[in-house]
Amino acid sequence: MAVLKVKFTKNNRDRLAQVLWILNWVSVVSGVVLFSLGLFLKVEINKRWELMAERDIHSVPNMLIATGLVACGINFLGGKICYDCADTTKFLRWKVLMLPYIMCTFFFTFCVLAGALMCYGMRGELEEALDQGLHNAMRYYKDTDTPGRCFLKRTVDLLQIQFHCCGNSNYRDWFQIQWISNRFLDMSNREVVGRLRSNVEGKYLMDGVPFSCCNFNSPRPCIQHQITNNSAHFNYEHQTEDLNLWSSGCRQALLEHYSSIMQSIGFTVLIIWLFELWVLTGVRYLQTSLENVLRQGDPDSESDGWLLENSFVETARSNFNIIKSLGKCNQIDTANNGDPNMDVSSRAHYGPENVLPKQLPLAS
Amino acid sequence: MALLKLRFSLPRRVRLAQGLWLLTWVTVLAGAFTFSLGVYLKTELLRRAEVMDNTEIHVVPNILILVGLVIIGSNIVAGRICQDSLHSARFPPWKPFLLPWYGLTWMVCVWLFSAVVLSYALQGQLEESLKVGLRNGIRFYRDTDVPGRCFQKETIDKLQMELRCCGNTNYKDWFEVQWISNRYLDFTSKEVKDRVRSNIDGRYLVDGVPFSCCNPASPRPCLQYSLTNNAAHYNYEHQSEELNLYNRGCRQALVDYYMGLMNAIGPVVLSVILLQMSVLLSLRYLQTSLDGVDPENPEADSEGYILAKGIKESLMDVKTTILKVLQFGQVTAAADEEVGVGPSGEKAATSN
Repeated sequence: MAVLKVKFTKNNRDRLAQVLWILNWVSVVSGVVLFSLGLFLKVEINKRWELMAERDIHSVPNMLIATGLVACGINFLGGKICYDCADTTKFLRWKVLMLPYIMCTFFFTFCVLAGALMCYGMRGELEEALDQGLHNAMRYYKDTDTPGRCFLKRTVDLLQIQFHCCGNSNYRDWFQIQWISNRFLDMSNREVVGRLRSNVEGKYLMDGVPFSCCNFNSPRPCIQHQITNNSAHFNYEHQTEDLNLWSSGCRQALLEHYSSIMQSIGFTVLIIWLFELWVLTGVRYLQTSLENVLRQGDPDSESDGWLLENSFVETARSNFNIIKSLGKCNQIDTANNGDPNMDVSSRAHYGPENVLPKQLPLAS
Repeated sequence: MALLKLRFSLPRRVRLAQGLWLLTWVTVLAGAFTFSLGVYLKTELLRRAEVMDNTEIHVVPNILILVGLVIIGSNIVAGRICQDSLHSARFPPWKPFLLPWYGLTWMVCVWLFSAVVLSYALQGQLEESLKVGLRNGIRFYRDTDVPGRCFQKETIDKLQMELRCCGNTNYKDWFEVQWISNRYLDFTSKEVKDRVRSNIDGRYLVDGVPFSCCNPASPRPCLQYSLTNNAAHYNYEHQSEELNLYNRGCRQALVDYYMGLMNAIGPVVLSVILLQMSVLLSLRYLQTSLDGVDPENPEADSEGYILAKGIKESLMDVKTTILKVLQFGQVTAAADEEVGVGPSGEKAATSN
């Protein structure tokens, strides 16, 4: 009971080989696409390395890059094989290699699928990295005189302007950190000293935000300082004022940006996976039909092609036995008291002896 | 004394026709590229249409768009002509169209050249248009409640942030305009009343700028208000503070941007002109060499030239042809006497 048996004439086999040759070259192109998608994702993540804390987010683009390169190689080889398969004599060259090739490609498609699923699963790690990274970036916003951190102010400002966001979760995150450096604070001023003394860590905290949080859609000029103090500004009520600053947090904005990139990449990789599987099925049919042709002896005759010679269960069992016997090849056979030098004649059982030949019924 | 005469054997004629066919298709692509460049320039100009006062500069992309389409059409026709040129039966029907085709192609080259010249000549116009447009934008910045002007604030803010510029000429333009609307000013406050009374027009002028002028590269948090007052901020000297706001004026930034675009388009247009001229010359050689082929001996050599006579003589020929065409409608003095003879008399007059 072969799995999905299909009959192939000589013409069918030749056409299958040609089509598979073309499809393998298309797969090489899709491998290049996979590689470039991985590269694109890596570049996008590296662009904002300052805002991401150390997490294992580089595994996804690296996986895609590696898978893309391997896909190019495997499909290039597959194209060569299929090109030669149109001629039965040339097929003999590849006959031994074909089954291992198909097995490798089958396991490789799992890698492609894993790459696609990792794209969708990366979101959690990314959120953590962004949360920690943005928290640190905002903390070091004022350190424009510290080497290594002097560009963080510019990075955060440009991020908030470009992504239309403010703070980590929302604008109130700026109220909890000191974002104005001490060198721009007049320590002789009573108000400044009062603010510094009002909290345990001696930080100059205020209910104000940097200018990059300002929303240009607001009908009034931006109110950056004393945001929660309604009496500080004319005709201002901070609970109802929703256009003054950007309302979304930068973590959410960046997460959405990366999620949309990764969803489209994941979708493309899934399509490539289905295509690879399809090409693999074609190569398997080609291999089995050509082997059957060789078994029958006549290169121009019809032959059967299948996915598996026996049903799934039997194939699984026989493979399992092979693996078991591989494991046993070093073990000593205990039947001869452990002596491997004794000659044990193997008795193959061909059925009972002295059986009369049966009379075959004549075809009517 | 034909101009630039060349000898063409049959294989050479065939190769000329094939090469010209390829060249026409390359020129079709160049025409498509010119068209898309024109569309791109027009969309870039339209994007900032709100800060431009007039649309005179739009003549440059309009020329590029039209000429691009004409180049595509005329070169497809030229390709067809090349394909038919090697068939002695199919080529003659095209002959009457060749002279108008040359005229059209010559006009196309002139238009393209004028587009390049205009893109530099109209720079002054562009700058004037931007000056007026930006001045209005800054004046109406506060009118977010007036229909028709309510998006000026957003436009100017986005412009200043994207182009990294402030004001018309520089940031001091904001000091001369009331950019804070009256509905956000507390007229019971002494400070507001003093400021409003301090100038003739009763405007609330401040030495401050909107937040969109702030430069993110500054090491200190942005100072927007009391810019000229050193005492208002700790450790601040407004003459030496360069990174706080953007230094460029938006007019200069926009002019630089558009001039950069036109400078990039210039060489492309000049190479399209070269391509089109080479198609014109090659087709002229093909036409004249095919005309010179002896009908009894089609495989013999023939001569190709650009003009049958020298330049001066050709111009004189053209002049006499034009005069003849103009005189077609005039009745000569000889025909006046024979006006009673009728059509035969007119025929005699025109045959002169």
